[in-house]
Amino acid sequence: LRHALQLQIGPASFRLGSHWRGPIKAISRLYAGYPAPDQPCDFTVRLEADTMWRRWLRPSVAIGGDYMLPGAAPMALVHGLLAAEMGMNLQMALGQKHFLLLHASSVERDGRALVITGESGAGKSTLAALLGEKGWRLLGDEFALLHPESGQLHPFPRAISLKNGAITVLERIAPANRFGPVLDGTPKGRIRHLRPNPAAVAAMRETASPALILFPRFGAELASAIRPVGGAEAFVRLTQASTNYGNLGLRGFEALTKLVTTVPARAIDYADTNGALELVDELWGSL
Amino acid sequence: MKRGSALLVRALRDPLWAEGLSDDQWTSLITAARAESLLASLAHRLAIIPLPDKIRDLFEDARRDAERGRVQAVWEAEMTRRALAPLDVPVVLLKGTAYAAAGLSAGVGRSIGDLDILVPRSALRQVEAALLEAGWEAVKQDRYDDIYYRRWMHELPPLIHKERDRMVDVHHTILPLTARRRPDAAALVARSVSLDNGLNVLSPADMLVHSAAHLFADGDLAGGLRNLWDIDRLVRDFGGRRAFWSELAQRAKKHELAGPVRRSLRLAAELYGTPVDDLLAGQPALADPLFKRRLLARNGWGQATRPVVRLLFYIRSHWLRMPPMMLARHLWVKAQRRKSPA
Repeated sequence: LRHALQLQIGPASFRLGSHWRGPIKAISRLYAGYPAPDQPCDFTVRLEADTMWRRWLRPSVAIGGDYMLPGAAPMALVHGLLAAEMGMNLQMALGQKHFLLLHASSVERDGRALVITGESGAGKSTLAALLGEKGWRLLGDEFALLHPESGQLHPFPRAISLKNGAITVLERIAPANRFGPVLDGTPKGRIRHLRPNPAAVAAMRETASPALILFPRFGAELASAIRPVGGAEAFVRLTQASTNYGNLGLRGFEALTKLVTTVPARAIDYADTNGALELVDELWGSL
Repeated sequence: MKRGSALLVRALRDPLWAEGLSDDQWTSLITAARAESLLASLAHRLAIIPLPDKIRDLFEDARRDAERGRVQAVWEAEMTRRALAPLDVPVVLLKGTAYAAAGLSAGVGRSIGDLDILVPRSALRQVEAALLEAGWEAVKQDRYDDIYYRRWMHELPPLIHKERDRMVDVHHTILPLTARRRPDAAALVARSVSLDNGLNVLSPADMLVHSAAHLFADGDLAGGLRNLWDIDRLVRDFGGRRAFWSELAQRAKKHELAGPVRRSLRLAAELYGTPVDDLLAGQPALADPLFKRRLLARNGWGQATRPVVRLLFYIRSHWLRMPPMMLARHLWVKAQRRKSPA
């Protein structure tokens, strides 16, 4: 592939290759300041034309790589950046066997981590992005990497994928030079990526101990509420949030058991982001 | 500098050679190994050399993952044994599960997909009924496919277990009934070897014949490097046994698969340095280089290359599978269905 780039993000490294210059240029801009891998790469992502003429004629990007989803629809070339991001997510979700992968965002303070998980639309990314601008260190917005034996969380500070309303919320507080281009008309609506702040990028190798698991629920009509979540419920919800729990076998079971028996879990309801931040402060202060 | 599948073959053949690889070559090697389902096999093979930290971790993860897959595959075989035990028919494990259950080198790090078993054709109905009774169910497919499988294929339509979500392919022979070559299925079962878990595997010679049939007498050589690696490992396990080679020659002929067996020996020797019986392998054939080109059609990005060669082997796979008129009818039905998916 003519255009290529290598990227180190926390413990994982990626080799990205593309038929077109655009997506690689966009990725290298978005990830300005990230280190290059000093070892072979974990994963290869390919952005390729699915047929020969699609390289030039109404070009569309098929996401390929070491691990692929059969039958995934190709994307418009203007969304090449998103294709690259999805390609990297796919490698992690299907190919990562070193860590227990939780579909969760996470932030750190004083070496202790807050893990935020829930269905899409619950506000995982938005909350983590906001906390990351308010004195917390962003560990990651898409995957939390739990090391099965040590129980430590490893940062995976990819660019944060902000959707629709969350974009304007963050545009008000984060500097413009950390944003990627506005991507309109994607399958998930409007998307804009935000590079984590330099401190989060610089500390991408520093692990944290999980201290609180949070299951947020967002709804404009909801009253602010906090509810304790038992270990068994947290366990089941986290198995559902994990992409490779089954693949890790006994290691996955033991890692998750240890997590839910040693770390408290809470569910919160919130109607607006400020309300959520107050609840997080309250919970964190009472630990 | 070697890239892609050529790099993979070289590293499998000669682990010490891999010591000098650059970071970029390692990345390319890992990608090729994943694309050919040989990552864990490679991880076992290269365990003896010093490795970059990243590769050491990656290989450890791959070996662990393959081990979990092995346990799961052998467990699935055991569940099948339990379901079929009352019938008192011989159940012969095939391919990956057989290698794993018999503790053969070919099973070390091998990725194992569906469970493949061979039963006597006369017991096919009973076996299917017993599996349906025990929680397996038909994978949804249309009537044409179902009839096609039952009339012309060497296996039942695939069954999937509704709780464990694992597929079983129940074979009654090792090549489609429409293929020109007619292996002697009864002889495969008759000569099979019992394991102490109540299941059976093919005899060493038959195992190699089946592996060669799978690679060179059926299909378009997709995943061929892995299948050829099976052959290499089987030869290294069995090649030193007394009378193995004469037995192999005899069984290959009996199953009408002498050509594919000889070709598999030649190509394994050429690509993996497999110690084969030169007399049985025979002189290089005119088409051998073309097979080699097909087997090595992958670049350092893991992309399939050589589209013309691939197309050629794709056409060949259909040609091997059925006579021309039947193929025409089959493709016609498939094309009609694509037009009106009903």
